[in-house]
This record gives sequence, structure tokens and C-alpha cells, in this order.
Amino acid sequence: MSNEYPEGLRYTKEHEWARIDSSSGANLVTIGITGFAVESLGDITQVDLPKEGETISKDQVFGTVESVKAVSDLFAPCSGKVVKVNDPLSDSPENVNDDPYDEGWMIQLEVTDLAEINALMDAAAYQAFLKDQ
Amino acid sequence: MRYIPHTEDDVARMLRVVGKPSVASLFDHIPERLRAKRPLDIAPLDEARLLAHLGELGAKSRPAVGVTEREGAALSFLGAGLTSHHVPTAVDMMLMRSEWYTSYTPYQPEVSQGTLTAIFEFQTMVSELYGLGLANASMYDGATAAAEALMMAERLTGKHKSLLSYALHPHYTDTIYTYLRSQHGHEAEGYAPCVSFGKDGRVDQGQLSAALSAGDVGCVVVQSPNFFGVVEDVAAIAKLAHDAGALLVVANAEPLAFGVLQSPGAVGADIAVGEGIGLAIPPSLGGPGVGLFAARPEYVRQLPGRLVGETTDKDGRRGYVLTLATREQHIRREKATSNICTNQGLIALAFTIHMSLLGRRGFTELARINLSLSEHAKSVLTKVPGVSLAFTGATFNEFTLALPRNAFDVVKALAERGIYAGVSSRAAGLYRAETPPSTGGTKLVAPDDRWLTLAVTERHDRSTIDRLAAALTEVLR
Amino acid sequence: MSDRRIPEVHPVDTLNLLHTEKLIFEQGAPGRSGASLPPLDVPAIDPASLFGSMARTEAPLLPEVSEVEVTRHFTRLSRWNYAIDIGLYPLGSCTMKYNPKVNERTARMPGFAGVHPMQLESTMQGALELMWRLEQCLIELTGFQRVTLQPAAGAHGELCGIMMVRAYHTARGKSPKKVLIPDSAHGTNPATCAANGLEVVGLKTGADGIIDLESVKAAIAAHPNDIAGIMITNPSTLGLFEEHLGEIADLVHEAGGLVYMDGANFNALLGKVRPGASGVDVMHINLHKTFTTPHGGGGPGSGVVGVGERLVPFLPTPIVEPLADGGEGYRLDYDRPQSIGRMRSFFGNFGMFVRAYTYMRELGGEGLTKATEMAVLNANYVRALLSDVYSLAYDKPSMHEVVFTDKRLKKETGVQTLDVAKRLIDFGYHPPTIYFPLPAVTGGAGALMIEPTETEAPETLEHFCAAMRAIAVEAIADPSIAKSAPLNTAMRRLDETKAARNPKLRWTPTT
Repeated sequence: MSNEYPEGLRYTKEHEWARIDSSSGANLVTIGITGFAVESLGDITQVDLPKEGETISKDQVFGTVESVKAVSDLFAPCSGKVVKVNDPLSDSPENVNDDPYDEGWMIQLEVTDLAEINALMDAAAYQAFLKDQ
Repeated sequence: MRYIPHTEDDVARMLRVVGKPSVASLFDHIPERLRAKRPLDIAPLDEARLLAHLGELGAKSRPAVGVTEREGAALSFLGAGLTSHHVPTAVDMMLMRSEWYTSYTPYQPEVSQGTLTAIFEFQTMVSELYGLGLANASMYDGATAAAEALMMAERLTGKHKSLLSYALHPHYTDTIYTYLRSQHGHEAEGYAPCVSFGKDGRVDQGQLSAALSAGDVGCVVVQSPNFFGVVEDVAAIAKLAHDAGALLVVANAEPLAFGVLQSPGAVGADIAVGEGIGLAIPPSLGGPGVGLFAARPEYVRQLPGRLVGETTDKDGRRGYVLTLATREQHIRREKATSNICTNQGLIALAFTIHMSLLGRRGFTELARINLSLSEHAKSVLTKVPGVSLAFTGATFNEFTLALPRNAFDVVKALAERGIYAGVSSRAAGLYRAETPPSTGGTKLVAPDDRWLTLAVTERHDRSTIDRLAAALTEVLR
Repeated sequence: MSDRRIPEVHPVDTLNLLHTEKLIFEQGAPGRSGASLPPLDVPAIDPASLFGSMARTEAPLLPEVSEVEVTRHFTRLSRWNYAIDIGLYPLGSCTMKYNPKVNERTARMPGFAGVHPMQLESTMQGALELMWRLEQCLIELTGFQRVTLQPAAGAHGELCGIMMVRAYHTARGKSPKKVLIPDSAHGTNPATCAANGLEVVGLKTGADGIIDLESVKAAIAAHPNDIAGIMITNPSTLGLFEEHLGEIADLVHEAGGLVYMDGANFNALLGKVRPGASGVDVMHINLHKTFTTPHGGGGPGSGVVGVGERLVPFLPTPIVEPLADGGEGYRLDYDRPQSIGRMRSFFGNFGMFVRAYTYMRELGGEGLTKATEMAVLNANYVRALLSDVYSLAYDKPSMHEVVFTDKRLKKETGVQTLDVAKRLIDFGYHPPTIYFPLPAVTGGAGALMIEPTETEAPETLEHFCAAMRAIAVEAIADPSIAKSAPLNTAMRRLDETKAARNPKLRWTPTT
């Protein structure tokens, strides 16, 4: 069960995860939804994401995921500019169900300030948060 | 009370189980100030008297179709948004099956495969007739379908200005304005000015391209065949619209026309909407109708209304379900593509059954019969002294005559002779010369009060057309 | 292909046991037709000679079948539908009562069915009189000033009602934007507001399941001078009477707003409450629910709208009026300068007017009141027979429907509302409405909304409740049965995910 919530990621109360990658020099943050979110949504049938180049700010709705009978908003865990979008999801939304932390990633942001990310929950805190729900 | 099975003993026993002293006590929690102050005053009738009462009411109208003239029907050439065709007996016999008319929206697909399969067939037929790859399970009627199409085009283009053909059915125009007012307030008409028609009865392309030149138009709505029966040059209009970054919505109140005419999709329409009542059920004072709605498949996520899709069950058998419901109000609530819940299920079914009976060959042949009779009627009626065609453009089964005097007076005189000769475009509820819709700076010429629009179908033949011509000659004398 | 043809075996679903019917497009043979067309006694016209390049060159891909094949296909398809005439159809908030046969006969009378909407008014007097009489009956039932018959369905009536509310404010030089809507409301309510450029302010359902007066006060206080109105469903989608309606109406009126009542559940109020006389300004009624016009597999319906004095000038055009100057007869009035305009073509779903009027005149005032009384008794009877096994959503008295949640069942067995619904099909019943109240209202639990209507006999309800109880008992013993239900249908659970991920929305030929 531990790999349901990988260490090293940051988590939000809206059940998104964020992964920081600073290897290229810039602060890049990859964003997706958690195993818990996937579990409660059921089979995902459609993912709507922003376009590359758009700027989004923390807590703003940046897209939606749909299952057969529900639409859920995606909330930005931090502010930044969209530099990459997981385009294959438009044809293969099932990737989010099958592999939420890898193939099911959604967008990558270029972020100026990592403080917003570091303020989010770590895996242990998120799991504790889920227990309280 | 034949629809309420409860005996006195039943009621007494049920009240004991429920734990209430009386039926009245079931309503005790309704506050005094909200309770009805007196019993209802509506007199009951037993079935025999009920039928007599309704029969008497019905006898106060003279129907246009449904019975023979000997039984009291008029000889009708009425069209104007509802051209009644002969609907075979098999259609209504099928509608009277309880499994069709007493079922509800197919929420539980395992016990609704009948309705779901029929809607899938309906979607296929509408898609075929309008030449667009996608069609929904139907809308309320042609007018609301046109309004929804315009709003869909606004969502797709992000532009909030549209252009309407002045030869669009006035009820469609009015409905569009009502819907637009709900979005834009009382300035709505500025959002959708009309473009006039020329001597050929078609959209004035000069005016249209001038109105499109600013590039701020998201959608052009034309009807073909239009309110006057004239076939529009949809291909040319589509090119003008597309070059200006606008989508083209083609409305159509007579789907049979596409038995002889290129479908709207084949000549560039992005969305096509229409009315199917004339091919489904008797006119019934114009309702219930069935709104047909087709669009390019890539627009599916902005489509209003229900959709049925194919899938498989647990054991791999082919079946049908309501699908892509996340566009709809019960899930997306205030972000839905429309507030519409249902479709016009039973009328869509009637349309589907009639289309199946006509079939590929019958549909085309019926369209040719309509066209031929209509052309014959044109040549006979324009021989009546003082009568000519109002427009030079080609028509299908409906056309407009220019009479030597007020058409409404002529219609009244002919009605007294048992002939419903057609519709004066200035009749109540249609074109209002005193309050034309918004022009957006272009020149609109109100329809002439001497114009008479009439429909000729397979219900007519050489002799009934001759009768109309003779009566018209007499009245105009 | 050989002339002598023995196809592969393909069992035919004549006994309603198999699911082998091909689509109508997949049947028949090229050139076959079920049409009955007249001979042409005038010269035939070649479309190409008139239309040139606009003439169609290839016929649309319609079926090629005889009338026999068409009749059999649609008869066989029909047998896969559940229907009121087959059994109990307890869909909550849908009022699936019996549809009287006599309605179908009157609606087909030539003096109604055969009337064309563009006839002269003088030749359609019977139709206009029927509309006038129907309106008078509805006024008697609702206490409103006038009723428009134009809207084609409940959602359309809602749209029309809110358009009038907006026009009313505009006419007074105001443009308030906020509409109060309880969280238990049907999805059309917020969708309708959005279509009118209005914003929804959510009202929380109180602990007792009805709207909490304090939350209304707070919402009004939070949006001073910006309240367009409130939309209240009464009885609510939880089957509960909104007891504070009078006080809520006072508050909203004081704030300058109007009160919209969603009359979807009006079957609970006939002869008991006249909303127009209780502070409600505008309400739609579904003729296809309360007044027995058939649901037709999802339409046509009719969503007539009643209005109080303040909204009369804004009614859609045209409306039916008696002839002026004491003349006998009726006319259509188009001259209404403040009208919101036209909601659709022609005059409304007239075929439904004939049916609804037929029904009202058969029952009369006393019969309609009894219909409501027995509908409420039936709902409470089901409640009494099931509340020891299923959890009640709220403890308040039920009106026309009773709502249970799967709270206990799910906790004890893992079986959820959807499973109960599907298992009911195996027992021969159409499931109740499921899930419809938002999670906020039922604490995240799934809901079963049961509306038996007055046309069901107590024995029918007892048998239904026996099945419901058997499902609960069975779930404890073996939850897997309900989870894989239905088991007895020709079609098993369908893959809705597949349908949504790879939409196939029309038939296409395989060759």
C-alpha cells in the first residue's frame, strides 16, 4: 500500500500530487492526481487540461477529469507557467487509472517560487489526512 | 375511481400500519397559512360523457388533415414550418404499444434496450439526412434546436455575435431572440441582426459578406428550404461564413427536401437542425414536435441534449447506453451545455419508424413526388389572372405566390370554401412589419402582404391542385 | 453468392429471452421498401434540372425493409422496455402513475390531432377552447393568475419561469444576480440560472432535511440588493414538505426577489396547497407527471408555468383569451409588449394538453384530491414496510415519496444503492431513482428515492417491499449476488466506461 503514495511527492487536500524536478536548472513541477482520487472517481473517461504557455495560479481550477457520471475540477497546487501537457491523455484517459503517478501525469509547470510546493503535505501527512476523512 | 385502487378497508389497514389516525392527518405538518382554503371546483365526468365532451370540443375545429373532406377536413395546403405528410398506420399502431409510450427515460439500460436501440437508429438517420457525422437523441422542436445550435456555435467560436437570415421561420427567429435575451438582456437583438433576402428569395450574399467583414461574427443561421420555400445556396453561404471565421447553422423545417437536395453537411454546414413532426405524427396544433440536431463529430463535447452510444454488456453482447452525460445538467449543473433533460422520445420513435418504412428508395421517391406536384402546382396557379411567383429561386415542396391583393383576405375567403390555401407571411405571429427584428444597419424589406406561401405534397394530386386554382380564380375575380 | 442460401444459425428473439436483434439498418435487402406511395399524375421533375449541383446524387443510407420487417423489429425492441403498463415503476420525483387509455383516444380525435397550427383562428376554436379550459383547471389547482402552456418540458418551463423573473426585474430598472437554490435541488435549477446569466447561491439543507430559515436569512444578508429570487422544489426531492415556505417567501419578497417553485412534485399537493395563494410567484408543472400524459421513453412532456399577478405581463406570446365584447369564442393574443417572447414554435405540446385535460375532467376536484391523498398514503406505507431494513434519509413525515439511504447496508455488506437497483430488476421491478440527491444531502450515502404514486394497490407495494427486504437479507448472506445483478435479464450490466471512452454514436456500414 505504501507505493500508493510515493515518498518524495507533495500532496494537496484536493488530492493532487506535485513532483519537483530542478535538474535542468529551472524549477519544474509535474502535477497529477493521487491514487485516492483515482479510486474515488472510478474509470476516467476524459481529461481536460490547459494549453502550453498558459499561466495558472495556486488554487485555481486548471482543468477537469470526468468519469461516466461525474466531473471533477483540478486545482493548481502552486502558481506557474504550463510548459508541458500530457497530450496522450486525451486519447488514453485510462492511463490516469492505470498509472496515476507516472504515465497518468497531467501538466508540468515552470515555477519561480518553490515555497508553495514545500508548504504542501508529504506522503505521511497526506495519508494521515486521508485517515481523518 | 378506476385509476385509484384503494378500498376503504385498504385505507384503514394502511393507516394502521403507518400509525396515523386518518388520511387527513398525513398532511398535518403543512402549516395552516399554506393550506388550500376550499375544496377544488372541477366537475368529474364518466368515460362516456368525457368522450362526448371532448368530441364536442373537437368538433368546433375544422381539421386540416387526419380525416377525409367528407368527414369534415378542409383541403389544406398549409406548411410554414409544419408540412404534414401521410404517416402510415403502422407508425401510430406501434406508438400505442404500452412498452413504448408508458416507459421512461432509459436510465436503467438493462431494462430499456428497446428505447435505447431505437434512439441509436434515430441518431443514425438524422446524421444521414443532414450529412453530418453526429446527431443527438432530439430536442423539443426545430425552433429550440435552432436556438441551442446558435448557443453551441457561440461556445465553439467564443464570439457572441450571430447573423440570422430574414427568411428564417419567424418562430425560430423569435425563439432565438428569447434565448439570447436570457443571456444578454434586452440588447439581445443587437447580438443577432438579420440579413435580408433578394429577388430570388435567397439570402442577399452582398449584405451577408458586408456583415461578416468585421470578423466578429461567430455564427450564421440560415434556413433551407427557407420560410418562403426557396432553396438557399448553402455552399456559397458556408464559404462566406467560414472565410470570416464563423460557423454555419442550417435550419430546416422539411427534412424530406434532402431526398432531392444535397444534405447541409455535404455543402458546408457545421451544425444542422430541423423539425420532424410532419413526417412523424399528425399536426396536433404544432406540438409535440421533434427537434433534429446534427453537427460535425468533433463538436461532440459542446453538443446539447441526450446521446445514446454503443457498448457491450458483461458477456460481450452489443447494447446501448446513454453516454457522454457529463455535458448535461444533472452532472455539470450550472456549467451544463443546456438545461434540457429529456428528448422527444416518442415522436423521435415515430420519425424513426416512418423513415424505416419509407427506406432509402421510398424516401427519395416521396421527395420526387412532392417536388413534381409542387412544380405542377406552380405552373397551374401562376395561370390564375394576377398571380405570379414571388421569387425566382428554386423551391422544393413549398413556394410563395404574389397575389394581386392582400393574401390574408384571400386565405379567409378560401377557408370559407373549405380550402386552407396557405399562409400569409403577415399573418398573426409571423412577420411584423411594424417591429422588424434588428437589422444591424442593413436594409430589411418586410414581406409583402400579398405573398402567400403554400405547401404541396403527396396528399395532393392534379385534381386537388385544379380545385385550388379554380377557387383562387373565383375569389380573385 | 449462391442462389441457394442457408445462413449461419442466428436465433431470433421472439420470446424476449435472447438479445439477438440486428439494427434495422442491418436487416432487409437492397431495393426493398415498406412505403405506400401514390402514383404521380403530373409530369415527373428531374431534381438536377432544377437544382443543378445542389441536387442530391446519392440517396441517404436509410433501411431497406418491408412493413413486416419494420413491425417485427419495433415490436421486438419494445419488449425489452420496462413500462408502467407492465409493472410498478417507482422512480422518485418522476411520478410514474398509470396513463389512462382514454387520454390516447381523445388526443387522437381528428378535431385535435388534425388541426394545423397555421389555420385561421376561426377554424381552430375547439383547440383554443381546450387550451383555455385547461388553463382554468390549472388555475383552480394552483391559485395562480394565469398559466402559459407553451413550454415543452419541465426544464423548458423552468427556463421560461426564470426568464420572466429576470424580465420583471429589468422592467423595474434592476438587475439582481443571485438566486438561492438549496443543495437538494434538481440539476436543472442551477443550469437554468446559468442560462439566464444568474448566479447560484447554495442553501444548505437543515438537519431535518428541509430548508433552514436561518440559512435563507444569512444568504440574503450576504447579498444585499442583489437577490433575484429563490428556486424551491416543494415537496423537495427528498419527499419532504418545505414547512417554512411562507416565511421564506416573505423574506425573499422583502429583499426584492421572487419565489420560483419547482412543481415537479405537485402530485403531493392537489387540493391541499395552492402555491399561487401561498406566496409563490411562479411555478412550472409537469403535465407528464401529475396529469398522466405518457412519458414516452423520455418525452414529449409539457412544462406549463403558472404565474401570479406580478409576472402576467411577461408571459410568453401568444396566450389564449376569450373574444372581447362578449363574442363567443377564443383568440390568440400576440400584442403583449412586455412579454419575454416566444419559447418555441407554435403553441406548445398540444397533444399533451388534450390528455391532461381529459384526465382532470375525469377525476374532477374530488378525485384529484384523492389522488394526492393516496399517493402520500402509499409513500408512507412503503416507508413503514421498509424503514426497519433500509436507513431513512430523514425522519420527517414523507409526502409523495420516501427516500432511503444505503448507509447501513453498505457498511454491513458492501452492497450499494446501484446494486440494490440492479437486483430489483431480477425481481421484476423497475428500480427507484438512485443517487439523485447530492452527497451533501445524504452525508455521502447513496439514495433510493421511491415514489409509488396513487395508482398502485397496497398488494403491489407489499410485493415490492418483500423484494426489497429479500435483497437486504440476501446481501448479508452473499453480497456478490447483488453486485453482479441483474442476472435474469437478456442483457447484463453494460460497460458505460467503454461507451464514453470510445463514443460510437451512430451506425456505420461495415463494408
